[in-house]
Amino acid sequence: MKKYTYTEKKDTRSGFGAGLHEIGKKNDKVVALCADLIGSLKMDAFKKDFPERFFQVGIAEANMMGIAAGLTIGGKIPYTGTFANFSTGRVYDQIRQSIAYSGKNVKICASHAGLTLGEDGATHQILEDIGLMKMLPGMTVINPCDYNQTKAATIAIANHDGPVYLRFGRPSVPIFTDPDQKFEIGKAWMVNEGTDVTIVATGHLVWEAIQAGEKLAEVGIDAEIINIHTIKPIDEEAILRSVSKTGCVVTAEEHNRLGGLGDSVAQVLVKNNPVPQEYVAVNDSFGESGTPAQLMAKYGLNADNIVSAVQKVIKRK
Amino acid sequence: MSADIAKLESIAKQVRRDIVRMVHSCQSGHPGGSLGCTDFFVALYFHQLSRRKEFNLDGINEDLFFLSNGHISPVFYSTLARAGYFDISELATFRKINSRLQGHPTTHEHLPGIRVASGSLGQGLSVAIGASRAKKLNHDDKLVYVLMGDGELQEGQVWEAAMYAPHNKVDNLIATIDLNGQQIDGSTEQVLSLGNLKAKWEAFGWDVLETNGNDMNQLLDTLAEAKNRTGKGKPIMILMKTEMGNGVDFMMGSHKWHGVAPNDEQLAAALDQLEETLGDY
Repeated sequence: MKKYTYTEKKDTRSGFGAGLHEIGKKNDKVVALCADLIGSLKMDAFKKDFPERFFQVGIAEANMMGIAAGLTIGGKIPYTGTFANFSTGRVYDQIRQSIAYSGKNVKICASHAGLTLGEDGATHQILEDIGLMKMLPGMTVINPCDYNQTKAATIAIANHDGPVYLRFGRPSVPIFTDPDQKFEIGKAWMVNEGTDVTIVATGHLVWEAIQAGEKLAEVGIDAEIINIHTIKPIDEEAILRSVSKTGCVVTAEEHNRLGGLGDSVAQVLVKNNPVPQEYVAVNDSFGESGTPAQLMAKYGLNADNIVSAVQKVIKRK
Repeated sequence: MSADIAKLESIAKQVRRDIVRMVHSCQSGHPGGSLGCTDFFVALYFHQLSRRKEFNLDGINEDLFFLSNGHISPVFYSTLARAGYFDISELATFRKINSRLQGHPTTHEHLPGIRVASGSLGQGLSVAIGASRAKKLNHDDKLVYVLMGDGELQEGQVWEAAMYAPHNKVDNLIATIDLNGQQIDGSTEQVLSLGNLKAKWEAFGWDVLETNGNDMNQLLDTLAEAKNRTGKGKPIMILMKTEMGNGVDFMMGSHKWHGVAPNDEQLAAALDQLEETLGDY
């Protein structure tokens, strides 16, 4: 197992804020909109340095999506910022008609995704957003794993022509990727090569997958770990190449078991090379209040849950 | 009547012919609101808008129009065709398989003249505000227009946008509401009353004008006045009274013609009332 370490934990939303500021300096077509959550989305630096390109819309997310669509009609590249719940479910129809169906170049940037929003509870913890967004024709769905990758993704999506859903979180998570990485939309990152099982993880579950890989190595299981930061379009080739070697797969995500990364992987496998699969995901339920660590444990999203799923799936080979 | 008015009214008559023929042909669509808004579309596209000959999705350095109540697509399509955006023969494909003229307008089929999809109500004002802000950033002094239906004002997003535009001094925007007082289930008063719209929009900070949307003279004057009032720190709202089904006597004023197609006899009766002026497609 390749060794990964970290010296610092940082929230992925700060990676978004840093990336937005950097791309704002390089590309004056980039504009940002926010629905009364500048601090939460870490948009302060962009607002300070580019006030004429920053739009505070207030607590009015539907209007924000429409304004973003309209800004593209003048050639702008709008980044919208609010919580994942209000970036997707609340405004699904606006995104569907005015952005996705209209083919508008809007980057929907969503913070506080998943359970790890924590104490605010289920009203704010969307676990369905990946599914909602990936069902929209033409929508690219990205869920990066740490601060550095979120920053790189935020910069990269400005050069992608078309609507993008960029998902990130609230809590601090280990930074273990290269600060100067190149982010390639749709291209999976091989975290660790192995032979016994493929672990496909997304978001901060990639770090849990690395921890699981180390535990598995101790009991003689050699895990191949793939970071799927782009859930749509999914890197079919990387997944199929891996499972042809390992013969089984575990998917790991902070999302409802239905409609997320696991189902995307299952579709790839069932069409091309059906192999046993186990899901590490929230088992079709809403969340609840608690600390992020408590919630990760209660809803079965930790490294230990990945280890258990691997042991189960290997027996099914 | 000035020559200009006579010309516009002649075009409007042809657009009305197009509307009833299109809706009859596919036995589907929304003739009532389309006929009511015909004079507005003709005044806008054949007199008011400063537009470029070649269609460009970004619309830089030209006035833009957004149709928020996309169900009145027949009047939009006919006007765009008659204004030269695409061949009028294409109107025959309205709502039929493989057509660029979908039931509700879309950019998905790359039909020249359309810059955003609409149909799900309540979204157009927000999009128009975004386009207005982009024009300001681009130092583009052309204007943005949007039309909404009165029933559409029951959508909450409209009021989010209504608050945003004055607060941010979006003063290169001219919005219009088609006040025909009808929606699918009855009159707006019966379904969900709109109250005093002039007072409401003024309270939100808009500069409000009122006009008769089926009087070409008044329409031209109001549109000119609206344009004069832009650039003064407030968005402009035109409350435009129209008559559903205007131009076809048996459709006039009835919500029943909101989304019903005429049969063969009704088409013949309607066309009898609408003299052909520019040639049918």
